Amino acid sequence: MNKQLMYGTYAIGEAAIQAGCTCYFGYPITPQNELPEYMSRRLLEVPGGVFIQAESELAAINMVLGASVAGARVMTSSSSPGISLKQEGISFLAGSELPAVIVNIVRGGPGLGNIAPAQSDYFQATRGGGHGDYKTIVLAPASVQEMADLTFLAFDLSDQYRMPALILGDGMLGQIMEPVVIPARKKKKLPEKDYILTGARGRPARLVKSLILDTRQMEDHNWKLVRKFQRVKQNETRWESFLLEDAEMVVIAYGTAARIAKGSINRLKKEDPDIKIGMIRPITLSPFPEKIIRETAGKVSDFFVFEMSTGQMVEDVKLSLEGRGTVHFYGRPGGVSPTPAEVARIMARHYPQSKSTGKK
Amino acid sequence: MLIKTMFSGFGGQGVLSTGQTLAKAAMLENKHVTYLPSYGAEVRGGTANCTVTISDKDIASPIASEPEFVVALNQPSFFRFQNLLRAGGFLLYNSSLVKPASVRGDIETLGIPSTGLAADLGNVRVSNMVILGAFIRISNLISLKLLLKNLPDILGPGKLRLLEINKKAFQAGYNYIKE
Repeated sequence: MNKQLMYGTYAIGEAAIQAGCTCYFGYPITPQNELPEYMSRRLLEVPGGVFIQAESELAAINMVLGASVAGARVMTSSSSPGISLKQEGISFLAGSELPAVIVNIVRGGPGLGNIAPAQSDYFQATRGGGHGDYKTIVLAPASVQEMADLTFLAFDLSDQYRMPALILGDGMLGQIMEPVVIPARKKKKLPEKDYILTGARGRPARLVKSLILDTRQMEDHNWKLVRKFQRVKQNETRWESFLLEDAEMVVIAYGTAARIAKGSINRLKKEDPDIKIGMIRPITLSPFPEKIIRETAGKVSDFFVFEMSTGQMVEDVKLSLEGRGTVHFYGRPGGVSPTPAEVARIMARHYPQSKSTGKK
Repeated sequence: MLIKTMFSGFGGQGVLSTGQTLAKAAMLENKHVTYLPSYGAEVRGGTANCTVTISDKDIASPIASEPEFVVALNQPSFFRFQNLLRAGGFLLYNSSLVKPASVRGDIETLGIPSTGLAADLGNVRVSNMVILGAFIRISNLISLKLLLKNLPDILGPGKLRLLEINKKAFQAGYNYIKE
């Protein structure tokens, strides 16, 4: 496909179609309605495509579970309050080891909150979200191209590891338009879906469930999920580093906040070429790129975390650093998108004094 | 080169489509581009704005701290968004609807009667494309020639019947500045 100017939500939708998604179930909520709108149109053109606007978020996520257990590539999407409603189903998907792609275009919260871009659902996304001992894969795009690329990845990882994969965007990434090239799907070698329910004629019956009454078996199952997530951590942790080599201070930010922070770093460098600020942008929030952050602490002592929340990922940064280095934090919750100039002022304030050239 | 432009006006004036048209045209010239609409509980007649960033390199932030250009299609946006402009920035406004008052001293301003010029062409709805034509002339960010060539792609198959009137609108705005 040629380069196109596309909305972030449309890019996710088209990438999902190209990735072989044949089922979408959802319930409307701003600011992600353009995604179900796109899917409703495109799935009509896909052989066997199914689009259902469910009667509720709860119904939608359970339809996702049903389609997944039947072997389909399936997606749902919502925004913060809607994703909260879906958590029971996500826990069931995780417990039953079923793949699914869940998109959260985050808005300001808690409660109904507002419809502006925020990063307030980091904890919910990276800590499983629903009840029980489990984690999901969480991918955080920062551009429309990444909205597409990470959608392909989410489907593949979800199938490969048999666990739900979340795409954590926000109102800005959903509404923004950027040039994007949506490639044809590169078929990855994935394990055969030998667990799906397709009718048991000619083979022994299968059972997919998350109810395990025997405590020892439940314990084994819990540890199995942990070992699986450790493999994900080993193989699938992703991040982008920017100007890290000779940095005196390292900014850690993801998604929209990383775009703003990058603009801030560029501004500061333009004013003072001697200023040395680098950035680590986590692309997988779960598993979190803790190793690169810990390793960086050997060379840099100041870390600056910027989030569009009151401070959630900053805890993972501190856990990664294990006490090494000083962590500065700047947060703008509630749906406020600060300008690069504003964040640059705060960054400059935290830039190590001895290294500062005296300019503001 | 990194230039940010904010388009603003009433909902229904075509503010967002003006920004999208510029963004698509710049993309077709192989420039890096982002288009960021304001996104609130907007309704027809309310205010709408969008920020278009054009660069020859990767664009970090699509949010503008201090845009280089503001294009104001109505009076409220003329007042509101001139404050955002960087010192030395350029404010282009629709003089058919905007009375230039309380203007900052450190910016350049220019009015073009885009609604009037569009009415002369027989369709006031292309007022936004008239002012975009003028903007292209002033900003030099994209080429009018390439825009006109790529216009069928930009409009898309659904709006091809509006090709000629849009072409005329761009040229009217562009030539108004030339004079």
